[in-house]
Amino acid sequence: MDGSLGLLLNAVVSGLLLGGFYAAVSIGVAISFGMLDIVNIAHPAFILLGSYVAYLANTLLGIDPLLTAVIALPAFYLLGMAVYQVYYLSFERRQDQSLRGLSFFFGLLFIAEVTLVLIFGVDYRLVQAPYIGPSLHLGWLELPLRLLVPFLVSMLMVVGLQLFLTRSFTGRAIEAVAQDPLALRLMAADPTRIKRVAFGLSFATAAIAGAILIIIQPVEPSIGREYIGRIFAICVLGGLGSFSGMVIAAVTLGVVESLTATFFGPSWAPAVSFGVLLVTLAVRPSGILGR
Amino acid sequence: MVSLADKQQAGAAPALGGIPFLLVLIVIAAGIFAFGRWLNISYAFFAGYVVLQYIVLGTAWNILGGYTGYVNFGITAFFAIGAYSSVFLYKIAPSLPLPLMVVVGGVLAGLVGLGMGYLTLRLRGVFFSIATLALAVVVQTLITNWDFVGGARGAYVLRPRVAPLIGGDYVQYLFLVMLGLCVVVLATARAIERSGLGYGFAAIRDDEGAAEASGVPTLKLKLIATVLSGGFMGMAGAPLPYYVTYLDPASGFSLNYAVNAIAMPLIGGTSSWLGPVVGAVLVGGLQEYIRVTISSAANVLVAGGLMVAFVIAAPEGIVGLFRRKR
Repeated sequence: MDGSLGLLLNAVVSGLLLGGFYAAVSIGVAISFGMLDIVNIAHPAFILLGSYVAYLANTLLGIDPLLTAVIALPAFYLLGMAVYQVYYLSFERRQDQSLRGLSFFFGLLFIAEVTLVLIFGVDYRLVQAPYIGPSLHLGWLELPLRLLVPFLVSMLMVVGLQLFLTRSFTGRAIEAVAQDPLALRLMAADPTRIKRVAFGLSFATAAIAGAILIIIQPVEPSIGREYIGRIFAICVLGGLGSFSGMVIAAVTLGVVESLTATFFGPSWAPAVSFGVLLVTLAVRPSGILGR
Repeated sequence: MVSLADKQQAGAAPALGGIPFLLVLIVIAAGIFAFGRWLNISYAFFAGYVVLQYIVLGTAWNILGGYTGYVNFGITAFFAIGAYSSVFLYKIAPSLPLPLMVVVGGVLAGLVGLGMGYLTLRLRGVFFSIATLALAVVVQTLITNWDFVGGARGAYVLRPRVAPLIGGDYVQYLFLVMLGLCVVVLATARAIERSGLGYGFAAIRDDEGAAEASGVPTLKLKLIATVLSGGFMGMAGAPLPYYVTYLDPASGFSLNYAVNAIAMPLIGGTSSWLGPVVGAVLVGGLQEYIRVTISSAANVLVAGGLMVAFVIAAPEGIVGLFRRKR
């Protein structure tokens, strides 16, 4: 195998795995922004909260980060419902989502980040697990388990949520509230309650996304901001409200970033998402699979 | 298309013309500076500079955010473009006077605002907001990778020991430049409020579709607001390297600038030029007080916490609270 071709292929494969992980990070925003039209820019901060929960349970009690995420799911779900309730009462009901609603989430982002800094400091934190370190070797191809496990967990979560949204009653109601809240009201379902459930779900995904984030890389409180551009680039590129579009976009961005990092240096990778976002907004704002 | 609040405010405020208002501002600014010289405490200038910087940043943000309703989260991008343009100019022409650097920083940041706005302002407002958020990350990436202005290591700027023109400590000169910038920004903001431009902005904020339908050139107005707002942010950032003397991307792109610049107008009130001033003086003063008395870690939480509290409980800000009582 030629050296540079091997490098290219390995970059593509790790980009694919990374992209799968990006899907887990973005799915919360795909729900809140894509379906509920709530621009939760604080989402990455809550993903980091999930990372630190996993970190605490791992260092203090030696619990596996993925197990911690599952245990923390209900708490994140409830937190999400509480945040939505405040958002609904303060902004959605007053029709003041744009200026003050956005500022509200920006404030939450900042408060969450600074609180994490105050508690944990700005050092990088990491977790221990059996699948962090070893790699699968398939010929010339190297598959680090550190990336493979998050990829699989992420795909499982996306498929699970997709099934929930298309098969269950509540899931269909969430799809309905995204399309026509008035019609839902006429069917005697309360759109606010449905949105509260959906927003709780979007927060719950942050518990899992946070756990797999800290498996992939050591975290410190401010890296959440790097993910804002990435997440929204993925959601916009994928087309709002479309999970399959989101996954395609996430994998595309993962591959492009991985190639950029391999051939131009990792410090350029954060600029990729912005380029993608800007080009999408300028050329095709409805995204690849947008309605 | 002008909301009731605007009409009330126009009626309630003393009907001062543009030029007299500018003169009053200059007199107040001169008074503040003379008072500072009389006090002659370096710390007062250091702390005062920060408050003035936030008046400029907050007012600049408000020209776009408060008047047209388009939320710019990329304050650090524009601010740092100003700061790093000064670092660049310092490296190639160290003798360039600071006010000239301020102008260059403002023009560059304004041009970036124009490009950004042209690409994203035709879409719904949230897309613009998200793009500005991403802009902050990309400008930081560019600066971090640009070795000439220090890259990730940061850059040192040696400031002259004595201030030009006025003599005394150099920080007094920085304070004076920022004070002058404050006068320019506030006079501009108030002039906008009372001109056709301001009514156009308010129309966009209240109902963009209706404004468009009644012939308001919305894209053009939004671009004007973005360029002015971004340009003033760049100007506010231009003296920063001389103030801190060591600038690295982590501090130049600190989220504190963004949060403060958004929090202060929202706390003070977004509907008039007075709001950001009230917010900057109160919050900036409070932060300085907490930094000195409690801890520097606690003070950064103040702006974020107050902002969330105000947008929930007092959406019209402090200025709005007083207006309602009258």
